[in-house]
Amino acid sequence: MSSHSAHATAGHPAALLHQFDTADQQKDASTLGMWLFLITEIMFFGGLFIAYIVYRNAYFDSFVAASHTLNIPLGTFNTTVLICSSLTMAMAVHSAQVGNRSRIVLFLVLTLILGAAFLGVKVIEYADKFEHHHVPGPSFQFTEGGNPKNAELFFSLYFGMTGLHALHMIIGAGILLVLIFNASKGWYTPEYYTPVEMFGLYWHFVDIVWIFLFPLLYLLGGHLPPGSGGH
Amino acid sequence: MSTAIESKETRNYLNAGYDLKSWLLTLDHKRIGLLYLFSISFFFLLGGLFAVGIRLELLTPPGDLFQSETYNKLFTMHGIIMVFFFLIPSIPAVIGNFLIPIMIGARDLAFPRLNLLSWYVFMVGGTLAISAALMGGIDTGWTFYTPYSSTYSNSNVMVTAVGVFITGFSSILTGLNFLVSIHRMRAPGMTWFRLPLFIWAHYATSLIMVLGTPVVAVTILLVGVERMFRIGIFDPALGGDPVLFQHLFWFYSHPAVYIMILPALGVMSEIISTFTRREVFGYKFVAFSSVAIAVLGFLVWGHHMFVSSQSVYASLVFSIITYLVGVPSAIKVFNWLATIYKGSVSFGTPMIYAFGFIGLFTVGGLTGLFLAAMGLDVHVHDTYFVVAHFHYIMVGGAIMGYLGAIHFWWPKMFGRMYPEVPAKTAAWLVFVGFNFTFFPQFLLGYLGMPRRYHQYPEEFQIFNVMSSIGASVLALGYALPVFYLVWSLKKGEIAGANPWGGTGLEWKTPSPPPTENFEETPVVTEPAYSYHKEEFELVKS
Repeated sequence: MSSHSAHATAGHPAALLHQFDTADQQKDASTLGMWLFLITEIMFFGGLFIAYIVYRNAYFDSFVAASHTLNIPLGTFNTTVLICSSLTMAMAVHSAQVGNRSRIVLFLVLTLILGAAFLGVKVIEYADKFEHHHVPGPSFQFTEGGNPKNAELFFSLYFGMTGLHALHMIIGAGILLVLIFNASKGWYTPEYYTPVEMFGLYWHFVDIVWIFLFPLLYLLGGHLPPGSGGH
Repeated sequence: MSTAIESKETRNYLNAGYDLKSWLLTLDHKRIGLLYLFSISFFFLLGGLFAVGIRLELLTPPGDLFQSETYNKLFTMHGIIMVFFFLIPSIPAVIGNFLIPIMIGARDLAFPRLNLLSWYVFMVGGTLAISAALMGGIDTGWTFYTPYSSTYSNSNVMVTAVGVFITGFSSILTGLNFLVSIHRMRAPGMTWFRLPLFIWAHYATSLIMVLGTPVVAVTILLVGVERMFRIGIFDPALGGDPVLFQHLFWFYSHPAVYIMILPALGVMSEIISTFTRREVFGYKFVAFSSVAIAVLGFLVWGHHMFVSSQSVYASLVFSIITYLVGVPSAIKVFNWLATIYKGSVSFGTPMIYAFGFIGLFTVGGLTGLFLAAMGLDVHVHDTYFVVAHFHYIMVGGAIMGYLGAIHFWWPKMFGRMYPEVPAKTAAWLVFVGFNFTFFPQFLLGYLGMPRRYHQYPEEFQIFNVMSSIGASVLALGYALPVFYLVWSLKKGEIAGANPWGGTGLEWKTPSPPPTENFEETPVVTEPAYSYHKEEFELVKS
């Protein structure tokens, strides 16, 4: 080993890793890596979005009818909750920048609470689908218009897309717990808060995915009466 | 010579630790490259064994050696193992991992832990694929076409699909790591247009890995979900569209072909310039042609669906864009030829592979244009013509490039030269065996022999026998290096830092390199391949 690894105290998270020359370079690399990761996520969700668009065009009536059964007030509430959680996350990053330790913890906890609220509402919505037999599978029933087979496809995509989104929220909540723990120990300083900032990018991304999911699944075609024939 | 002996005694990445832990928990990109080398060599052997089964069955016209179901499993496992577990990781994960940080003058990749993780992810996926084979195999073809894969196949689709899904993430991590490293870890003076073309090729490859792999991941996920819960994303009986699967699958899997070939194209630029002592002709054109291939590669997937009920107008556009891929590919070939022209060419083993590569890649590329022609494609679709075409690219191109790279950088990796005579013999065996194996398949396909059948009319036997004999020669050519390369680890001539007189940064550090790659961060002052300068100076003096 050369002198490169001797920049910061070993074991500390802020330590400069041996492959980097400067802390700036290290942070730049993390940021670029995170953005690239988010691009892979866009491509991952992209496959589902394409499937949804293709089938929505193919089975327009059934998709509108199925979309009408979603609970728009709950969806709107959840959208608000997520946007607020993005705000608290941005505040957490800001607090890290200015080095206010207790505020980092406070805003991270608030973000976690809002995230949990979102997931809680999602549980209520999913439970409702189970009650009405709107969960794809042998017991699926759909009498609200359109072709039940195609409505089932809508709900397959609905559960696929919102489920994958919820999985990202759950993973995010897990990471938040770690961040809160580390932040309470004072690991994040104005010189080193890369994890908080990177997680912020991730959280905003998950938020934006929902911003696309909500109109696509809940709102589009909402003005059309069920079975109107659409275009 | 004295420096060579010295370098053997100094610390390097190989003698930095000898216990198992120092390998399995290593964060050194060079050691991780070697971990990949051992793993993918094993998968190559496994995929090769399945091919042996295929070629044995096809020796005779009736399906007399294997039942049709067993045969389906043989070609499926051959395809899955070779594509996902050998070809895609081959050059990037082994050679790229080893060389990219050294070539750009860095101490390691940007994310060494992610790099190690990618190997473990790869091994988990690979283990699942092997267990699927042991549990009785899978018979869907490597393309997993629905609704057969999602509904009707009774083989181990789930285990294999999960294996491929997981392995995809190792590819994503590798690509992400390369992109960030090439952007952020270059040594002082290493500007974009001083980068070796090997790096440009890997940059383009990484773009495909990062942008394409997630799409195939979600597609395979949907197949799995459909299989488990009987929902109808791709099953027409449930309202789904099987052609949508083909679109999503080929959106990744066509660019995946460029994941296999682009790194080999990069290797060729390195070998050809070193063995002709010349700067690569038209450096910027060759560099940008890699990126162009990656970009165009994302816009041609529909040429796999000319007979799958795709709109004829869509097919027309896909056909034209597919022709366009020929442009950057031809730029590379012509520029290599211009590099060789009037160069002082020496015929070391890597150069023999390079010459073989140029010829085979050209044949593979030109027959790709045949297949891009919509009318002709209807005639040869799903015949041995297609099989021959993509083997010219994947085996004649990618594996020739891989073997050339292994020989070219072997002295750097292990500090010892391979023995030249057996190496040249193996290179010729590979070239001759390859052509004997796959050229007859062009004829078979044109005459109408469909792929994926275990029996065929008697008039096709002569070509199939040629193909099977050629495959035996090819197998010999692949087996030989195992022996002489292992032998060379102990008995090979000491290589020294720069056995080929190359100009890249990798030749400016001892062989094998120290763990930190360079004693001090190198400063780059001239473009890549500045051979002409030193020769010019020589003439002047």
